[in-house]
Order: sequence, then structure tokens, then C-alpha cells
Amino acid sequence: MSTAAVIDAPVELDALDRRIINRLQDGFPISEHPYAEVAAELDTDEATLIARLQALLDTGILSRFGPMYHAERLGGALTLAAIAVAPADFERVTEQVNAFPEVAHNYARDHELNMWFVLATETPQRIPVVIREIERITGYPVFNMPKKEEFFVGLKFRV
Amino acid sequence: MNSPQQRFGRTDVRVALSAADLALIGAIQGGLPLVSRPFAQLATQTGETEQAVIERLQSLQDRGVIKRMGAVVRHRELGYRANGMVVWDVPDEQVDELGRCLSRFEFITLCYRRPRQGVDWPYNLFCMIHGRDREEVRGKVRQLVQCCQLEAIPHAILFSGRRFKQRGAHYRNAARREAVSS
Repeated sequence: MSTAAVIDAPVELDALDRRIINRLQDGFPISEHPYAEVAAELDTDEATLIARLQALLDTGILSRFGPMYHAERLGGALTLAAIAVAPADFERVTEQVNAFPEVAHNYARDHELNMWFVLATETPQRIPVVIREIERITGYPVFNMPKKEEFFVGLKFRV
Repeated sequence: MNSPQQRFGRTDVRVALSAADLALIGAIQGGLPLVSRPFAQLATQTGETEQAVIERLQSLQDRGVIKRMGAVVRHRELGYRANGMVVWDVPDEQVDELGRCLSRFEFITLCYRRPRQGVDWPYNLFCMIHGRDREEVRGKVRQLVQCCQLEAIPHAILFSGRRFKQRGAHYRNAARREAVSS
């Protein structure tokens, strides 16, 4: 829920951490003893896996561990939006945009359109409402770029 | 390379969910309990049996409501410090072909067609490439241009600067409201 701190120093991970991170991006068994199953695959034990996972969450290497929901199938909606913010206004607009609970991500990017954020709303009808509200509060037009077609979803990072 | 069946298709189809589905979605969205029998613990929260929770989760996954169970990494903390959103101005009739070509590359983590925004933003195909530094991302883009024959297709790479906010979407309110009303 909180705004993520920007930590730019790469973190030291040992071989087991790396195997855990790689394995757990590929899914998780839905069974009575899922940690024990995964631990056996990784040549470790259940208690060690759970402790390592807890540490990876505590240090922020993992932002979460659990289900990734499909927003649209849950009845919600997502969109990508961007604003061309004057550099002098950047801090103010960032604060105003981030204050919306519907803003899931917000990144500065090198372009005239320099602020890019994802809106996640509980209904499709909320998207234009939130966009109008952001335009009203920030004073900038918002470019709304909803997904039209998806060619790939497989956000995974090998470490 | 990933299997083709998970890579394509329109997915914006709402799935009918029962009150019990929504209660479980609400119970689990903060993450899976880090205990030996996580689904037994969830069962005590939702008033079901462990076996029922397991079957319900499997069904939610089969219906595509849960895309996958697992870990979400903070890529910057893992050394993937360059994040390039690569955008292409593709003739509309070539979008599918090019989207398919781009998504064959494992280093592309997302690939979407999105609407153009008039003269201010002519780009209609977006993909995301993460690399350890910007030069690595640029090298991958050169590889794409060559392999997918994109020399004539205008593109831009928008590198991310500061990350202001990164968190998952939250559905607790929806789950609670609909669980009550259905």
C-alpha cells in the first residue's frame, strides 16, 4: 500500500535465494503442503524455504508472494496513462497523482510525456472518472492508453 | 521461449464469481500465509475446509481469474536497473504479425497494442524490456529491429527514471462488497 522506497543498490543473494526467486516466479503448487513440495524441488527443507521467503519479502526483494489476479476477469479495469508535466511542476503532480489509490505504478520516463502511471479500478466505469479527476486536480491533460490486445504477459526476472 | 497458448488472445472477459470465490480472493490478496499448510489457514478465515479452498483456488486459476500464484520481484533491487518501454508506430494491418514476432523474444516481458493519441503520440505497439543498464536494452532493441525487419518502423525507447510508486492492484473492497450483495 505504501509508496515503494527507491533502493538502487543491488542486493546480495546466495545461490539458494536465487533458486527460490527463479522457481517461485513460475507458479506455486495448490496442495496441502506446497512449501514442502517446492522445498524438495530446490533441495532444501520446508522451514528453510519459508524463512528465506519471509526474508526476501522483509528486505523488499519480493514485493509480494501470492496470487496475481486478472483484473478484467474480476470485473475491474486497468489502463496505462501518461502526462506531459512541466519540469517545475513535477513534484507537485507526482504527489497529486500518487495520492489516488487507483494509481498502482508511477514512473518518470525520458520523453515529453514524462509521467507514466497504471490505473487499476474496481469497475471499468471508474477509469474515465479517475482520469477526469486527475486532469482537474493536476491541470494537465491525461493521455489514456488502454490495452487493446495483449501479445504477452510473462513478467519474470531470472537472477 | 514460452508456449504459444499463454501468449495471445483477448482476455478482457469478466468471469462470474460466487460469494465464496470473492471471500477467498479477499482473504488471499495480501499474500499467501507463510506457514506449512497455507490453505488450511485460509480455510479458517473463510469458513471452508482446506480441501474446498484448494479446489476453489484451482478453479480460479483454471478460469483465469488468478493468472498465476507466485512471487513478484522488485526488479531494480535485483540489478535490473534499466527499464525501457519500447514503442513502435506500426501500420495497423501489421500489428498482429509484429506483436507475435516481438513476443517470441524471452527478454520482452510485456507486449500490448494500445491506441495512438493523434499527432502527439503516434505509437500503437508497446513492449517492455528490462536490462542491467541502458546499453543492454538498446542492444536488445537492435536485435528486435534486425530479427523482425523493423528498419522502416519508427520507434522510441522511453527509459524509466524515478519510480514513484509500485504496488499491486487491490480488490479487497470489490470482494467484500460483492460477497455481501450476492
